[in-house]
Amino acid sequence: MGYLAKLRVWRGDAGSGSLQDYKVEVNEGEVVLDVLHRLQATQASDLAIRWNCKAGKCGSCSMEINGMPRLGCMTRMSTFTEVETLTITPMRTFPVIRDLVTDVSFNYAKAREIPSFTPDPSVKPGEFRMRQEDVNRSQEFRKCIECYLCQNTCHVIRDHEENKESFAGPRFLMRIAELEMHPADEADRRDIAQEDFGLGYCNITKCCTEVCPEHIKITDNALIPMKERIAGRKYDPLVWLGSKISMRPKSKGTPAVPGKR
Amino acid sequence: MADETTSTEIERYSYDVVVIGAGGSGLRAAIEARSRGLKTAIISKSLFGKAHTVMAEGGAAAAMGNVNPNDNWQVHFRDTMRGGKFLNNPRMAELHAKEAPDRIWELEAWGAVFDRTKDGKISQRNFGGHEYPRLAHVGDRTGLEMIRTLQQRVVALQQADSYEFGDPEARIRVFAETTITRLLKDPAGRIAGAFGYIRDTGKFVLFEAPAVVLATGGIGRTFKVTSNSWEYSGDGHALALLAGAKLMNMEFVQFHPTGMVWPPSVKGILVTESVRGDGGILKNSDGKRFMFDYVPDVFRAQYAETEEEADRWYTDPDHNRRPPELLPRDEVARSINSEIKAGRGTPHGGVYLDIASRRTPEYILTRLPSMHHQFKELADVDITKEPMEIGPTCHYVMGGVEVDPDSAASSVPGLFAVGEVSGGMHGSNRLGGNSLSDLVVFGKRAGDGAADYISALGAARPAVVQADLDTAVTEALAPLRRGEGESPYAVHAELQQRMNDLVGLIRREDEVKTALSDLEKFKERAAIVAAPGERAYNPGWHYAIDLRNMLLVAECVAMAALERQESRGGHTRDDYPGMSPEWRKVNLILSLHGDKIEMVHQPIPSLRPDLLDLFEVSELKKYMTKEELAGHRQAAALEEEH
Repeated sequence: MGYLAKLRVWRGDAGSGSLQDYKVEVNEGEVVLDVLHRLQATQASDLAIRWNCKAGKCGSCSMEINGMPRLGCMTRMSTFTEVETLTITPMRTFPVIRDLVTDVSFNYAKAREIPSFTPDPSVKPGEFRMRQEDVNRSQEFRKCIECYLCQNTCHVIRDHEENKESFAGPRFLMRIAELEMHPADEADRRDIAQEDFGLGYCNITKCCTEVCPEHIKITDNALIPMKERIAGRKYDPLVWLGSKISMRPKSKGTPAVPGKR
Repeated sequence: MADETTSTEIERYSYDVVVIGAGGSGLRAAIEARSRGLKTAIISKSLFGKAHTVMAEGGAAAAMGNVNPNDNWQVHFRDTMRGGKFLNNPRMAELHAKEAPDRIWELEAWGAVFDRTKDGKISQRNFGGHEYPRLAHVGDRTGLEMIRTLQQRVVALQQADSYEFGDPEARIRVFAETTITRLLKDPAGRIAGAFGYIRDTGKFVLFEAPAVVLATGGIGRTFKVTSNSWEYSGDGHALALLAGAKLMNMEFVQFHPTGMVWPPSVKGILVTESVRGDGGILKNSDGKRFMFDYVPDVFRAQYAETEEEADRWYTDPDHNRRPPELLPRDEVARSINSEIKAGRGTPHGGVYLDIASRRTPEYILTRLPSMHHQFKELADVDITKEPMEIGPTCHYVMGGVEVDPDSAASSVPGLFAVGEVSGGMHGSNRLGGNSLSDLVVFGKRAGDGAADYISALGAARPAVVQADLDTAVTEALAPLRRGEGESPYAVHAELQQRMNDLVGLIRREDEVKTALSDLEKFKERAAIVAAPGERAYNPGWHYAIDLRNMLLVAECVAMAALERQESRGGHTRDDYPGMSPEWRKVNLILSLHGDKIEMVHQPIPSLRPDLLDLFEVSELKKYMTKEELAGHRQAAALEEEH
């Protein structure tokens, strides 16, 4: 039942590194993270791996397995043949700290710039009334475990460091969509979605949706509807006419929160 | 390179409150401390938002009465005390039952999106031991919703500081991937700070602070089969002991009845109790629904005796009694264990948990999406078509730091404890759903407790003693300096196996004694483990340090398990199978003196007469001695019987 798997694991730090070859025992039903743990326990005690729940719920063990962004804990060894060599590398979009661990602070910085949930202040806790069908969409997006695999795979920033300043990535554009679709939220993040968080960079190739371990339809349900909401307002002839003849002041959305970058 | 690896350089920070742990209770405590105007640091062993709270599935218990208007705090209090077999600290159970609804509604105001009832309120589901549908939930990922909401609340507070001070971290900052290895006190014995290392760089860090809130969660990594993540190495329990605080109830470890049993690599991963709450039943290999055979006398009045009655309860709970699958977790775990031992287990050594034959695929996919996903991905099992194989898994420790119920303060001035690392609230067994609500109820109280303590302290802050700091540095560096030595992974794996085998779900005097003598050997081995490599993100080094904590905790569990000669909740003694009213009056309290753990018996706080009167005397007499019931409104009835 057990066999020796051939692994090529990237070892190194921010300065330099290389792929190193290992042979590690594999048993029935195991996932890639099990095999990496065995490698750690038997051959490389200092192999850096970020992991936590080993149940697909925390989104810590994001890595690239044969070039595919995956969670190590949800990738079963049985999806590979016993003879093939598995190449395991850190997420490419983020700077390496050590081995398979990357610096994902970019994501936390972006999260902090999006205006938070903004309910009507006159509604007291316990008084919210929302129908299930009205919260379904936000709930889908809140299934996100923040593994950042979508951020890692998005071509806008994967090989374009220069875009990180003006593009928040699918995870955080989806966070904006989640708040915009929340029935009790009163802020308007449409302007900043476009201007500060770079929704326009997204050309809906759906790579983010493909790698999402929670199977959230990021592109179809979050990004495209957000694009439509923005376009709907920008090209609404009444809004356009109104702003031209100053019948009503140019609407201004909620501003982004100043960051510390 | 050698110089860098063994560098003793320390980064220093100064805060009012340092919260160790970034799960539900830690974040709630930090939010409260910050809201009281205190400069607050949150120390997280993982990345921000990854804490073990994400693994909670079923929901948060709060008597909001949204689904059944008969629910109220008194009913919740009663259920909690029954679940804990009356060993709970009654004041904690009271505060918890009273304050849980407000804490849940507050989460909603901070952006949590719970599942809804038809009239638009927060939906509530059934769970083991709860008389009414009581758990606010989001499918079967409620813990994720809670952690994300609290994380986003912290971010909202940081945004407020961005506007006010131009610095989001002016008053609340998260130190992710940072581990505390020692608490430090001033010469008067008051908390003065916390010392540890930053995982990314391996650098040492000192937080000088007059108040520390422990919110480090549990001890599950001490056991082989566990639903707990790697962080659960008993850090807070050990830090508290080392700082001079007391632990209580450490013999009570909850084995969740339903963990995955196959494939081996996922053995222990949690299968939510919601499967049973939503209609799932337990069957043995003969196809028999066996839980009817295991209803204990103390619960007989509340549980159905036939399958027909049990099945009617889901739609007509007012006129039928509950299915026995929804007994408290300790009862269900023991029953499953008995079936397996009697040879009626499944091929992979569990029993069957069946919802496929009971509910439609659409219902299962809506109510239990994570479970469907988990079994499909990890075990090739479609739970809408076939039963799951499940067995008990180490899930939660009821024991923890002895605290003042109202303020979460420990016996060490300036040290607070909250959530799983605290003790008392859940008695000998926690009800499902009472953990998430515990986190936010006592999280807020701990934040307030720390703030009140600091106000009383005035301007003079306790100062760290340099010699203690030096000792902490030496201790942390030891595994790196050792060069050659045993692998921490090997020691840990063997420790987990021994604890599982000898101090697990069912305990016996001779086995626990063996465990205690084995622990002495593990301590010797842990003292010579080595971690080759560098300082930055070196997991071997981290394991070596965590071993100290796991060994201390394991010893406490084993000592208390040997001492308590009865079976109650999360402590089952094969050689003392009954529950004893005399033992009910006792808490076992552990403290550290030098390198020796000492244990004393301490009377448990008595139930206030008004709380006592919430129960019928006929029920209480199953648990309590006659003298204890003298103040009960029906005490006279007790006399007449004799």
